[in-house]
Amino acid sequence: MSIIQMKNVDLYYDKHHALKNISGEIKERSITALIGPSGCGKSTFLRSLNRMNDMIQGVRIEGEILVADQNIYHADVNVENLRKNIGMVFQQPNPFPKSIYDNVAFGMRIHGMRDRKELDEVVEQSLKAAALWDEVKDILKKPAYGLSGGQQQRLCIARALAVHPQILLMDEPTSALDPISTAKIEELIGELRKQYTIVIVTHNMQQAARISDDTAFFLQGEIIEFDTTEKIFHAPSDQRTEDYIAGRFG
Amino acid sequence: MASIRGVTFLFLKEVGTKMNEVVLKDTRNRSAGNHSQKETPGIVQKKRMNREDLIVKSILFLCAMVSILTTIGIVAVLLVETLSFFKDVSLFSFLTDTKWTPLFKPEHFGILSLLSGSLLITVGASLVALPLGLMAAIYLSEYADDRVRRVIKPILEVLAGIPTIVYGYFALTFVTPLLRVIFPDMGVFNALSASIVVGIMILPMVASLSEDAMVSVPKSLRNGAYALGATRLEVARKVVVPAAFSGIISSFVLAISRAIGETMIVTIAAGATPKLTLNPLESVQTMTAYIVQVSLGDIQHGSIEYKTIFAVGMTLFVLTFLINLIAQWLKRRFKEEY
Ligand SMILES: Nc1ncnc2c1ncn2[C@@H]1O[C@H](COP(=O)(O)OP(=O)(O)O)[C@@H](O)[C@H]1O
Ligand SMILES: [Mg+2]
Repeated sequence: MSIIQMKNVDLYYDKHHALKNISGEIKERSITALIGPSGCGKSTFLRSLNRMNDMIQGVRIEGEILVADQNIYHADVNVENLRKNIGMVFQQPNPFPKSIYDNVAFGMRIHGMRDRKELDEVVEQSLKAAALWDEVKDILKKPAYGLSGGQQQRLCIARALAVHPQILLMDEPTSALDPISTAKIEELIGELRKQYTIVIVTHNMQQAARISDDTAFFLQGEIIEFDTTEKIFHAPSDQRTEDYIAGRFG
Repeated sequence: MASIRGVTFLFLKEVGTKMNEVVLKDTRNRSAGNHSQKETPGIVQKKRMNREDLIVKSILFLCAMVSILTTIGIVAVLLVETLSFFKDVSLFSFLTDTKWTPLFKPEHFGILSLLSGSLLITVGASLVALPLGLMAAIYLSEYADDRVRRVIKPILEVLAGIPTIVYGYFALTFVTPLLRVIFPDMGVFNALSASIVVGIMILPMVASLSEDAMVSVPKSLRNGAYALGATRLEVARKVVVPAAFSGIISSFVLAISRAIGETMIVTIAAGATPKLTLNPLESVQTMTAYIVQVSLGDIQHGSIEYKTIFAVGMTLFVLTFLINLIAQWLKRRFKEEY
Protein backbone atom coordinates (compact mmCIF):
# COMPACT_ATOMS: atom_id res chain seq x y z
CA MET A 1 0.00 0.00 0.00
CA SER A 2 1.54 3.32 -0.97
CA ILE A 3 0.78 6.36 1.19
CA ILE A 4 2.72 8.97 -0.80
CA GLN A 5 2.83 9.25 -4.57
CA MET A 6 4.96 11.71 -6.50
CA LYS A 7 3.87 12.50 -10.03
CA ASN A 8 6.32 14.41 -12.23
CA VAL A 9 7.42 16.79 -9.54
CA ASP A 10 9.65 19.70 -10.56
CA LEU A 11 10.87 22.28 -8.08
CA TYR A 12 12.64 25.58 -8.73
CA TYR A 13 14.44 27.96 -6.40
CA ASP A 14 13.88 31.04 -8.56
CA LYS A 15 15.68 29.81 -11.69
CA HIS A 16 17.60 26.94 -10.10
CA HIS A 17 15.97 23.67 -11.09
CA ALA A 18 16.43 21.65 -7.87
CA LEU A 19 14.07 18.69 -8.41
CA LYS A 20 13.63 17.23 -11.87
CA ASN A 21 10.67 15.14 -12.82
CA ILE A 22 10.45 13.14 -9.61
CA SER A 23 8.02 10.23 -9.67
CA GLY A 24 7.56 7.25 -7.39
CA GLU A 25 5.71 5.85 -4.42
CA ILE A 26 6.44 5.53 -0.75
CA LYS A 27 4.93 2.53 1.03
CA GLU A 28 2.94 2.77 4.19
CA ARG A 29 4.64 1.65 7.42
CA SER A 30 7.99 1.25 5.81
CA ILE A 31 11.29 3.06 6.01
CA THR A 32 12.42 4.80 2.86
CA ALA A 33 16.00 6.06 2.75
CA LEU A 34 17.07 8.94 0.51
CA ILE A 35 20.73 8.83 -0.43
CA GLY A 36 22.92 10.84 -2.76
CA PRO A 37 25.76 13.36 -2.71
CA SER A 38 25.39 16.78 -1.05
CA GLY A 39 23.31 19.27 -2.94
CA CYS A 40 21.46 16.69 -5.00
CA GLY A 41 18.07 17.72 -3.60
CA LYS A 42 17.33 15.23 -0.82
CA SER A 43 16.38 17.90 1.74
CA THR A 44 14.45 19.83 -0.87
CA PHE A 45 12.47 16.71 -1.73
CA LEU A 46 11.81 15.94 1.93
CA ARG A 47 10.56 19.49 2.53
CA SER A 48 8.25 19.25 -0.45
CA LEU A 49 6.43 16.37 1.28
CA ASN A 50 5.17 18.55 4.16
CA ARG A 51 5.26 21.81 2.25
CA MET A 52 8.01 23.32 4.36
CA ASN A 53 9.34 24.73 1.09
CA ASP A 54 6.42 27.16 1.23
CA MET A 55 8.43 29.06 3.85
CA ILE A 56 11.25 29.76 1.38
CA GLN A 57 10.87 32.77 -0.86
CA GLY A 58 10.99 32.16 -4.57
CA VAL A 59 10.15 28.45 -4.54
CA ARG A 60 7.93 27.15 -7.32
CA ILE A 61 6.71 23.58 -7.59
CA GLU A 62 5.03 21.72 -10.45
CA GLY A 63 3.48 18.27 -10.66
CA GLU A 64 1.54 16.47 -7.96
CA ILE A 65 2.31 14.91 -4.62
CA LEU A 66 -0.51 12.77 -3.28
CA VAL A 67 -0.66 11.87 0.37
CA ALA A 68 -3.43 9.37 1.12
CA ASP A 69 -4.73 10.11 -2.40
CA GLN A 70 -5.04 13.89 -1.82
CA ASN A 71 -2.89 16.31 -3.79
CA ILE A 72 -1.19 18.27 -1.01
CA TYR A 73 -0.52 21.20 -3.36
CA HIS A 74 -4.19 21.67 -4.12
CA ALA A 75 -5.37 25.19 -3.28
CA ASP A 76 -7.79 24.19 -0.52
CA VAL A 77 -5.37 22.05 1.50
CA ASN A 78 -4.99 23.08 5.13
CA VAL A 79 -1.21 23.30 5.36
CA GLU A 80 -1.09 23.37 9.18
CA ASN A 81 -3.11 20.21 9.35
CA LEU A 82 -0.92 18.58 6.71
CA ARG A 83 2.19 19.36 8.73
CA LYS A 84 0.55 18.04 11.84
CA ASN A 85 0.03 14.72 10.08
CA ILE A 86 3.53 14.65 8.61
CA GLY A 87 6.08 15.17 11.36
CA MET A 88 9.60 16.35 10.68
CA VAL A 89 12.92 15.88 12.48
CA PHE A 90 15.85 18.07 11.46
CA GLN A 91 19.56 17.55 11.11
CA GLN A 92 20.47 19.70 14.08
CA PRO A 93 18.36 18.98 17.17
CA ASN A 94 16.19 22.10 17.53
CA PRO A 95 14.27 21.91 20.80
CA PHE A 96 12.52 25.11 21.84
CA PRO A 97 14.14 27.08 24.68
CA LYS A 98 11.47 25.77 27.03
CA SER A 99 11.15 22.92 29.47
CA ILE A 100 11.24 19.29 28.34
CA TYR A 101 7.54 19.01 29.09
CA ASP A 102 6.61 22.18 27.21
CA ASN A 103 8.59 21.02 24.20
CA VAL A 104 6.60 17.83 23.88
CA ALA A 105 3.31 19.53 24.72
CA PHE A 106 3.90 22.38 22.24
CA GLY A 107 2.24 20.77 19.25
CA MET A 108 -0.79 19.56 21.19
CA ARG A 109 -1.27 22.96 22.75
CA ILE A 110 -1.25 24.81 19.44
CA HIS A 111 -3.77 22.30 18.17
CA GLY A 112 -6.04 23.20 21.03
CA MET A 113 -5.48 20.62 23.75
CA ARG A 114 -5.78 22.24 27.16
CA ASP A 115 -6.68 19.42 29.52
CA ARG A 116 -3.80 18.93 31.90
CA LYS A 117 -4.33 15.22 32.43
CA GLU A 118 -4.57 14.49 28.75
CA LEU A 119 -1.41 16.50 28.11
CA ASP A 120 0.46 14.64 30.85
CA GLU A 121 -0.58 11.37 29.33
CA VAL A 122 0.46 12.19 25.77
CA VAL A 123 3.75 13.68 26.95
CA GLU A 124 4.53 10.46 28.77
CA GLN A 125 3.50 8.28 25.83
CA SER A 126 5.51 10.29 23.37
CA LEU A 127 8.63 10.33 25.52
CA LYS A 128 8.29 6.58 25.98
CA ALA A 129 7.86 6.08 22.25
CA ALA A 130 11.01 8.12 21.70
CA ALA A 131 12.88 5.99 24.27
CA LEU A 132 13.59 9.03 26.41
CA TRP A 133 11.10 8.69 29.26
CA ASP A 134 13.34 6.86 31.72
CA GLU A 135 16.06 9.47 31.33
CA VAL A 136 13.87 12.54 31.78
CA LYS A 137 10.84 11.52 33.82
CA ASP A 138 12.18 13.28 36.92
CA ILE A 139 13.33 16.44 35.16
CA LEU A 140 10.35 17.26 32.96
CA LYS A 141 10.31 20.87 34.16
CA LYS A 142 13.99 21.39 33.44
CA PRO A 143 15.11 23.24 30.29
CA ALA A 144 15.53 21.06 27.24
CA TYR A 145 18.92 22.65 26.58
CA GLY A 146 20.36 20.79 29.53
CA LEU A 147 20.03 17.52 27.62
CA SER A 148 22.81 15.98 25.53
CA GLY A 149 22.66 16.23 21.75
CA GLY A 150 21.35 12.70 21.38
CA GLN A 151 18.71 13.25 24.04
CA GLN A 152 17.69 16.52 22.40
CA GLN A 153 17.23 14.72 19.10
CA ARG A 154 15.05 12.07 20.75
CA LEU A 155 13.14 14.91 22.41
CA CYS A 156 12.52 16.38 18.95
CA ILE A 157 11.25 12.98 17.83
CA ALA A 158 8.95 12.83 20.88
CA ARG A 159 7.74 16.35 20.08
CA ALA A 160 6.88 15.26 16.55
CA LEU A 161 5.16 12.05 17.73
CA ALA A 162 3.03 13.92 20.27
CA VAL A 163 0.69 15.30 17.60
CA HIS A 164 0.11 11.76 16.26
CA PRO A 165 1.44 12.04 12.73
CA GLN A 166 1.17 9.20 10.26
CA ILE A 167 4.36 10.01 8.43
CA LEU A 168 7.71 11.02 9.87
CA LEU A 169 10.30 12.86 7.77
CA MET A 170 13.86 12.82 9.05
CA ASP A 171 16.66 14.86 7.52
CA GLU A 172 19.99 13.30 8.50
CA PRO A 173 18.79 12.95 12.09
CA THR A 174 21.99 11.36 13.34
CA SER A 175 24.66 13.23 11.41
CA ALA A 176 25.27 15.64 14.31
CA LEU A 177 25.42 12.86 16.92
CA ASP A 178 28.00 10.53 18.41
CA PRO A 179 27.96 6.77 17.54
CA ILE A 180 26.18 5.71 20.74
CA SER A 181 23.36 8.24 20.32
CA THR A 182 23.20 7.27 16.66
CA ALA A 183 22.74 3.62 17.54
CA LYS A 184 19.97 4.53 19.98
CA ILE A 185 18.13 6.57 17.40
CA GLU A 186 18.52 3.86 14.76
CA GLU A 187 17.04 1.36 17.16
CA LEU A 188 14.23 3.79 17.89
CA ILE A 189 13.52 4.25 14.18
CA GLY A 190 13.26 0.47 13.86
CA GLU A 191 10.62 0.49 16.60
CA LEU A 192 8.68 3.39 15.09
CA ARG A 193 8.44 1.59 11.80
CA LYS A 194 5.63 -0.58 13.18
CA GLN A 195 3.33 2.44 13.43
CA TYR A 196 4.69 5.12 11.16
CA THR A 197 5.79 5.66 7.60
CA ILE A 198 9.31 7.00 7.77
CA VAL A 199 11.28 8.84 5.11
CA ILE A 200 14.87 9.41 6.14
CA VAL A 201 17.72 11.26 4.46
CA THR A 202 21.09 9.81 5.31
CA HIS A 203 24.68 10.24 4.29
CA ASN A 204 25.62 7.03 5.94
CA MET A 205 25.40 4.07 3.55
CA GLN A 206 25.55 1.51 6.37
CA GLN A 207 22.70 3.28 8.07
CA ALA A 208 20.57 3.19 4.93
CA ALA A 209 21.37 -0.49 4.42
CA ARG A 210 20.70 -1.36 8.07
CA ILE A 211 17.40 0.33 8.66
CA SER A 212 15.53 0.98 5.42
CA ASP A 213 13.16 -1.12 3.34
CA ASP A 214 13.40 1.01 0.22
CA THR A 215 16.08 3.36 -1.01
CA ALA A 216 15.98 6.22 -3.48
CA PHE A 217 19.24 7.39 -5.00
CA PHE A 218 19.27 11.10 -5.91
CA LEU A 219 21.71 12.76 -8.24
CA GLN A 220 21.56 16.40 -9.35
CA GLY A 221 17.87 16.75 -8.66
CA GLU A 222 16.82 13.48 -10.24
CA ILE A 223 15.94 10.12 -8.80
CA ILE A 224 18.34 7.78 -10.56
CA GLU A 225 17.06 4.63 -8.96
CA PHE A 226 14.31 3.89 -6.46
CA ASP A 227 13.89 0.29 -5.37
CA THR A 228 14.11 -2.07 -2.42
CA THR A 229 17.18 -1.45 -0.30
CA GLU A 230 18.19 -5.03 -0.96
CA LYS A 231 18.27 -4.45 -4.69
CA ILE A 232 19.91 -0.98 -4.53
CA PHE A 233 22.76 -2.24 -2.38
CA HIS A 234 23.30 -5.64 -3.92
CA ALA A 235 22.22 -5.43 -7.51
CA PRO A 236 21.74 -1.82 -8.60
CA SER A 237 20.61 -1.47 -12.19
CA ASP A 238 22.33 1.88 -12.79
CA GLN A 239 26.10 2.19 -12.93
CA ARG A 240 25.99 5.55 -11.09
CA THR A 241 24.16 3.99 -8.15
CA GLU A 242 26.76 1.29 -7.93
CA ASP A 243 29.59 3.83 -8.09
CA TYR A 244 28.03 5.98 -5.38
CA ILE A 245 27.40 3.10 -3.01
CA ALA A 246 30.90 1.77 -3.58
CA GLY A 247 32.14 5.21 -2.50
CA ARG A 248 33.62 6.10 -5.88
CA PHE A 249 32.12 9.62 -5.72
CA GLY A 250 30.03 11.81 -3.42
CA MET B 1 18.51 63.49 31.49
CA ALA B 2 17.80 60.68 33.89
CA SER B 3 17.35 58.27 31.05
CA ILE B 4 20.77 59.15 29.74
CA ARG B 5 22.13 58.44 33.12
CA GLY B 6 20.31 55.10 33.24
CA VAL B 7 21.82 54.14 29.94
CA THR B 8 25.22 55.39 31.01
CA PHE B 9 24.96 53.23 34.06
CA LEU B 10 24.33 50.10 32.01
CA PHE B 11 27.06 51.13 29.63
CA LEU B 12 29.48 51.52 32.49
CA LYS B 13 28.71 48.08 33.78
CA GLU B 14 29.51 46.76 30.31
CA VAL B 15 32.73 48.71 30.14
CA GLY B 16 33.67 47.45 33.57
CA THR B 17 33.31 43.79 32.68
CA LYS B 18 34.95 44.29 29.27
CA MET B 19 37.94 45.92 30.92
CA ASN B 20 38.28 43.08 33.37
CA GLU B 21 38.31 40.67 30.47
CA VAL B 22 40.95 42.67 28.65
CA VAL B 23 43.17 42.78 31.70
CA LEU B 24 42.77 39.06 32.35
CA LYS B 25 43.47 38.12 28.76
CA ASP B 26 46.52 40.31 28.75
CA THR B 27 48.11 38.67 31.77
CA ARG B 28 47.36 35.28 30.27
CA ASN B 29 49.02 36.20 27.00
CA ARG B 30 52.05 37.55 28.72
CA SER B 31 52.63 34.50 30.85
CA ALA B 32 52.09 32.24 27.86
CA GLY B 33 54.62 34.29 25.93
CA ASN B 34 57.31 33.99 28.57
CA HIS B 35 56.72 30.30 28.86
CA SER B 36 57.03 29.48 25.20
CA GLN B 37 60.12 31.61 24.84
CA LYS B 38 62.05 29.29 27.15
CA GLU B 39 60.82 26.02 25.66
CA THR B 40 60.82 26.37 21.89
CA PRO B 41 62.27 29.65 20.72
CA GLY B 42 62.33 28.62 17.08
CA ILE B 43 58.71 27.64 16.54
CA VAL B 44 56.70 29.76 18.91
CA GLN B 45 57.93 33.30 18.91
CA LYS B 46 57.47 35.75 21.72
CA LYS B 47 54.54 38.01 21.15
CA ARG B 48 55.59 41.60 20.65
CA MET B 49 53.42 44.23 22.30
CA ASN B 50 54.28 46.94 19.86
CA ARG B 51 54.10 50.65 20.44
CA GLU B 52 50.99 51.10 18.31
CA ASP B 53 48.98 48.60 20.31
CA LEU B 54 49.99 50.29 23.51
CA ILE B 55 49.02 53.77 22.30
CA VAL B 56 45.67 52.64 20.95
CA LYS B 57 44.95 50.79 24.13
CA SER B 58 45.79 53.80 26.31
CA ILE B 59 43.65 56.14 24.24
CA LEU B 60 40.70 53.78 24.39
CA PHE B 61 41.19 53.40 28.11
CA LEU B 62 41.15 57.19 28.55
CA CYS B 63 37.94 57.39 26.54
CA ALA B 64 36.32 54.85 28.82
CA MET B 65 37.57 56.78 31.85
CA VAL B 66 36.10 60.06 30.60
CA SER B 67 32.59 58.67 30.66
CA ILE B 68 33.13 56.95 33.99
CA LEU B 69 34.52 60.07 35.64
CA THR B 70 31.78 62.29 34.21
CA THR B 71 29.15 60.00 35.59
CA ILE B 72 30.79 59.83 38.96
CA GLY B 73 30.97 63.62 38.92
CA ILE B 74 27.32 64.01 38.01
CA VAL B 75 26.17 61.56 40.66
CA ALA B 76 28.38 63.25 43.27
CA VAL B 77 27.00 66.74 42.56
CA LEU B 78 23.48 65.35 42.50
CA LEU B 79 24.02 63.64 45.83
CA VAL B 80 25.61 66.62 47.60
CA GLU B 81 22.94 69.10 46.51
CA THR B 82 20.16 66.63 47.25
CA LEU B 83 21.46 66.05 50.76
CA SER B 84 21.63 69.75 51.33
CA PHE B 85 18.03 70.06 50.06
CA PHE B 86 16.91 67.54 52.62
CA LYS B 87 18.44 69.64 55.39
CA ASP B 88 15.78 72.24 54.63
CA VAL B 89 12.88 70.00 53.69
CA SER B 90 12.03 66.78 55.44
CA LEU B 91 11.99 63.60 53.35
CA PHE B 92 8.58 62.87 54.82
CA SER B 93 6.93 66.03 53.55
CA PHE B 94 8.77 65.61 50.21
CA LEU B 95 7.15 62.22 49.77
CA THR B 96 3.71 62.92 51.22
CA ASP B 97 2.85 66.55 50.58
CA THR B 98 0.40 66.79 47.71
CA LYS B 99 1.38 70.28 46.55
CA TRP B 100 4.48 71.44 44.73
CA THR B 101 4.92 75.23 44.99
CA PRO B 102 8.60 75.95 45.65
CA LEU B 103 8.55 79.19 43.68
CA PHE B 104 5.90 81.05 45.69
CA LYS B 105 4.54 81.24 49.21
CA PRO B 106 3.35 79.20 50.97
CA GLU B 107 6.08 76.87 49.79
CA HIS B 108 5.23 73.20 49.36
CA PHE B 109 7.63 70.49 48.30
CA GLY B 110 5.44 67.49 47.53
CA ILE B 111 7.17 65.55 44.76
CA LEU B 112 3.98 63.51 44.20
CA SER B 113 2.56 66.31 42.08
CA LEU B 114 5.48 66.15 39.66
CA LEU B 115 5.73 62.40 39.93
CA SER B 116 2.12 61.95 38.93
CA GLY B 117 2.71 64.20 35.93
CA SER B 118 5.68 62.13 34.83
CA LEU B 119 3.83 58.88 35.47
CA LEU B 120 0.81 60.03 33.52
CA ILE B 121 2.95 60.88 30.51
CA THR B 122 5.04 57.72 30.78
CA VAL B 123 2.12 55.35 31.22
CA GLY B 124 0.23 57.04 28.40
CA ALA B 125 3.24 56.91 26.10
CA SER B 126 3.88 53.27 26.98
CA LEU B 127 0.27 52.36 26.26
CA VAL B 128 0.74 53.82 22.80
CA ALA B 129 4.25 52.65 22.04
CA LEU B 130 4.75 49.22 23.62
CA PRO B 131 1.86 47.31 22.03
CA LEU B 132 2.14 49.10 18.69
CA GLY B 133 5.92 48.79 18.65
CA LEU B 134 5.80 45.11 19.49
CA MET B 135 3.19 44.44 16.82
CA ALA B 136 5.20 46.39 14.27
CA ALA B 137 8.26 44.33 15.22
CA ILE B 138 6.33 41.07 14.85
CA TYR B 139 5.07 42.21 11.47
CA LEU B 140 8.55 43.16 10.30
CA SER B 141 10.31 40.04 11.51
CA GLU B 142 7.65 37.38 10.85
CA TYR B 143 5.33 38.62 8.12
CA ALA B 144 6.99 41.25 5.95
CA ASP B 145 9.04 40.01 3.04
CA ASP B 146 12.60 41.22 2.59
CA ARG B 147 11.71 44.05 0.23
CA VAL B 148 9.21 45.61 2.63
CA ARG B 149 11.60 45.22 5.53
CA ARG B 150 14.40 46.87 3.62
CA VAL B 151 12.21 49.94 3.08
CA ILE B 152 10.63 50.18 6.53
CA LYS B 153 13.67 49.59 8.75
CA PRO B 154 15.59 52.69 7.63
CA ILE B 155 12.44 54.79 7.90
CA LEU B 156 12.08 53.71 11.52
CA GLU B 157 15.64 54.73 12.19
CA VAL B 158 15.07 58.15 10.61
CA LEU B 159 11.96 58.62 12.73
CA ALA B 160 14.02 57.88 15.82
CA GLY B 161 16.31 60.75 14.86
CA ILE B 162 13.71 63.53 14.61
CA PRO B 163 14.50 66.30 17.14
CA THR B 164 12.04 66.24 20.02
CA ILE B 165 11.21 69.91 19.63
CA VAL B 166 9.59 68.99 16.32
CA TYR B 167 7.49 66.40 18.10
CA GLY B 168 6.64 69.05 20.71
CA TYR B 169 5.16 71.41 18.16
CA PHE B 170 3.48 68.51 16.41
CA ALA B 171 1.72 67.78 19.71
CA LEU B 172 0.75 71.38 20.36
CA THR B 173 -0.33 72.44 16.90
CA PHE B 174 -1.68 69.22 15.42
CA VAL B 175 -2.57 66.55 17.97
CA THR B 176 -4.05 68.85 20.60
CA PRO B 177 -6.50 70.60 18.21
CA LEU B 178 -7.51 67.16 16.93
CA LEU B 179 -8.12 65.87 20.44
CA ARG B 180 -10.11 68.96 21.33
CA VAL B 181 -12.61 68.01 18.68
CA ILE B 182 -13.29 64.88 20.73
CA PHE B 183 -12.87 66.49 24.17
CA PRO B 184 -14.06 70.08 23.71
CA ASP B 185 -13.56 70.92 27.41
CA MET B 186 -9.90 69.98 27.37
CA GLY B 187 -7.36 72.78 27.73
CA VAL B 188 -4.65 73.67 25.26
CA PHE B 189 -2.05 72.16 27.54
CA ASN B 190 -2.85 68.61 28.56
CA ALA B 191 -1.19 65.33 29.44
CA LEU B 192 -3.08 63.34 26.81
CA SER B 193 -1.66 65.02 23.74
CA ALA B 194 1.85 65.05 25.17
CA SER B 195 1.77 61.39 26.14
CA ILE B 196 0.44 60.28 22.75
CA VAL B 197 3.21 62.16 21.01
CA VAL B 198 5.89 60.90 23.42
CA GLY B 199 4.52 57.46 22.59
CA ILE B 200 4.89 58.16 18.88
CA MET B 201 8.42 59.35 19.53
CA ILE B 202 9.53 56.17 21.30
CA LEU B 203 7.58 53.81 19.03
CA PRO B 204 10.28 53.44 16.36
CA MET B 205 12.79 52.58 19.04
CA VAL B 206 10.59 49.81 20.44
CA ALA B 207 9.84 48.47 16.99
CA SER B 208 13.40 48.57 15.75
CA LEU B 209 15.09 47.10 18.83
CA SER B 210 12.42 44.42 19.34
CA GLU B 211 12.72 43.48 15.70
CA ASP B 212 16.47 43.11 16.08
CA ALA B 213 15.89 40.77 19.00
CA MET B 214 13.33 38.70 17.08
CA VAL B 215 15.36 38.44 13.90
CA SER B 216 18.23 36.97 15.88
CA VAL B 217 16.06 34.05 17.04
CA PRO B 218 17.41 31.08 15.04
CA LYS B 219 15.43 30.00 12.01
CA SER B 220 15.64 26.39 13.16
CA LEU B 221 13.29 27.18 16.07
CA ARG B 222 10.71 28.63 13.71
CA ASN B 223 11.04 25.61 11.42
CA GLY B 224 10.54 23.31 14.40
CA ALA B 225 7.24 25.01 15.16
CA TYR B 226 6.05 25.24 11.55
CA ALA B 227 6.77 21.54 11.13
CA LEU B 228 4.36 20.83 14.00
CA GLY B 229 1.62 22.69 12.17
CA ALA B 230 1.90 26.09 13.83
CA THR B 231 0.56 29.15 12.03
CA ARG B 232 2.63 32.27 11.56
CA LEU B 233 0.91 33.96 14.48
CA GLU B 234 1.52 30.94 16.73
CA VAL B 235 5.17 30.86 15.76
CA ALA B 236 5.46 34.56 16.53
CA ARG B 237 3.58 34.40 19.84
CA LYS B 238 4.78 31.10 21.22
CA VAL B 239 8.29 30.74 19.88
CA VAL B 240 9.77 34.00 18.65
CA VAL B 241 8.49 36.46 21.25
CA PRO B 242 9.36 34.22 24.22
CA ALA B 243 12.81 33.49 22.81
CA ALA B 244 13.43 37.18 22.16
CA PHE B 245 11.84 38.23 25.45
CA SER B 246 14.97 39.58 27.01
CA GLY B 247 15.73 41.81 24.02
CA ILE B 248 12.12 42.95 23.88
CA ILE B 249 12.17 43.88 27.56
CA SER B 250 15.38 45.82 26.98
CA SER B 251 13.72 47.78 24.21
CA PHE B 252 10.75 48.48 26.49
CA VAL B 253 13.00 49.70 29.28
CA LEU B 254 14.99 51.98 27.04
CA ALA B 255 11.76 53.38 25.63
CA ILE B 256 10.19 53.90 29.06
CA SER B 257 13.35 55.55 30.32
CA ARG B 258 13.27 57.89 27.36
CA ALA B 259 9.62 58.69 28.05
CA ILE B 260 10.34 59.52 31.68
CA GLY B 261 13.32 61.63 30.72
CA GLU B 262 11.58 63.30 27.77
CA THR B 263 11.63 67.04 28.28
CA MET B 264 10.84 69.08 25.19
CA ILE B 265 7.51 67.59 24.24
CA VAL B 266 6.12 67.79 27.74
CA THR B 267 7.43 71.31 28.33
CA ILE B 268 5.71 72.50 25.19
CA ALA B 269 2.50 70.50 25.21
CA ALA B 270 1.68 69.30 28.72
CA GLY B 271 1.68 72.62 30.57
CA ALA B 272 3.34 73.91 33.72
CA THR B 273 0.89 73.10 36.46
CA PRO B 274 2.21 70.64 39.05
CA LYS B 275 -0.87 68.71 40.05
CA LEU B 276 -1.55 65.44 41.80
CA THR B 277 -3.93 63.98 39.25
CA LEU B 278 -4.38 60.93 37.08
CA ASN B 279 -6.72 62.65 34.65
CA PRO B 280 -4.96 62.83 31.27
CA LEU B 281 -7.21 65.68 30.09
CA GLU B 282 -5.68 68.07 32.62
CA SER B 283 -2.62 70.19 32.35
CA VAL B 284 0.26 68.76 34.38
CA GLN B 285 3.95 69.31 34.94
CA THR B 286 6.53 66.56 34.76
CA MET B 287 9.75 66.44 36.71
CA THR B 288 11.77 67.24 33.62
CA ALA B 289 9.56 70.15 32.64
CA TYR B 290 9.91 71.55 36.15
CA ILE B 291 13.70 71.40 35.91
CA VAL B 292 13.54 73.30 32.62
CA GLN B 293 11.22 75.89 34.07
CA VAL B 294 13.43 76.58 37.06
CA SER B 295 16.66 76.44 35.11
CA LEU B 296 15.37 79.07 32.68
CA GLY B 297 14.29 81.49 35.42
CA ASP B 298 16.88 83.45 37.34
CA ILE B 299 17.40 81.72 40.62
CA GLN B 300 20.06 82.22 43.18
CA HIS B 301 22.79 79.67 43.42
CA GLY B 302 22.38 77.78 46.70
CA SER B 303 18.79 78.86 47.26
CA ILE B 304 16.12 76.32 48.06
CA GLU B 305 14.65 76.73 44.54
CA TYR B 306 18.07 75.89 43.18
CA LYS B 307 18.31 72.78 45.32
CA THR B 308 14.90 71.52 44.23
CA ILE B 309 16.36 70.91 40.77
CA PHE B 310 18.74 68.39 42.24
CA ALA B 311 16.18 66.76 44.47
CA VAL B 312 13.92 66.31 41.45
CA GLY B 313 16.85 65.12 39.34
CA MET B 314 17.72 62.60 42.01
CA THR B 315 14.14 61.32 42.03
CA LEU B 316 14.33 60.82 38.27
CA PHE B 317 17.60 59.00 38.67
CA VAL B 318 16.22 56.68 41.33
CA LEU B 319 13.15 56.03 39.20
CA THR B 320 15.07 54.98 36.09
CA PHE B 321 17.34 52.94 38.27
CA LEU B 322 14.35 51.09 39.72
CA ILE B 323 12.98 50.45 36.25
CA ASN B 324 16.30 48.96 35.25
CA LEU B 325 16.25 46.71 38.30
CA ILE B 326 12.74 45.51 37.51
CA ALA B 327 13.83 44.84 33.95
CA GLN B 328 16.80 42.79 35.10
CA TRP B 329 14.50 40.77 37.31
CA LEU B 330 11.98 40.26 34.48
CA LYS B 331 14.72 39.14 32.14
CA ARG B 332 16.02 36.62 34.61
CA ARG B 333 12.54 35.40 35.49
CA PHE B 334 11.45 34.73 31.90
CA LYS B 335 14.76 33.94 30.32
CA GLU B 336 14.71 31.53 27.39
CA GLU B 337 18.16 30.78 26.10
CA TYR B 338 18.99 29.47 22.70
N1 LIG C 1 16.68 27.83 0.36
C1 LIG C 1 17.31 27.62 -0.81
N2 LIG C 1 17.39 28.61 -1.72
C2 LIG C 1 18.02 28.42 -2.90
N3 LIG C 1 18.59 27.28 -3.27
C3 LIG C 1 18.55 26.24 -2.41
C4 LIG C 1 17.91 26.36 -1.13
N4 LIG C 1 18.02 25.19 -0.48
C5 LIG C 1 18.70 24.37 -1.32
N5 LIG C 1 19.01 24.98 -2.47
C6 LIG C 1 19.74 24.40 -3.62
O1 LIG C 1 19.04 23.28 -4.06
C7 LIG C 1 19.93 22.20 -4.30
C8 LIG C 1 19.54 21.01 -3.45
O2 LIG C 1 19.78 21.30 -2.09
P1 LIG C 1 19.39 20.34 -0.91
O3 LIG C 1 18.01 19.88 -1.11
O4 LIG C 1 19.69 21.02 0.35
O5 LIG C 1 20.43 19.13 -1.16
P2 LIG C 1 20.83 17.96 -0.16
O6 LIG C 1 19.90 17.94 0.99
O7 LIG C 1 20.72 16.74 -1.02
O8 LIG C 1 22.24 18.19 0.21
C9 LIG C 1 21.32 22.72 -4.02
O9 LIG C 1 21.91 23.06 -5.24
C10 LIG C 1 21.10 23.90 -3.19
O10 LIG C 1 22.10 24.87 -3.43
MG1 LIG D 1 20.40 18.21 3.08
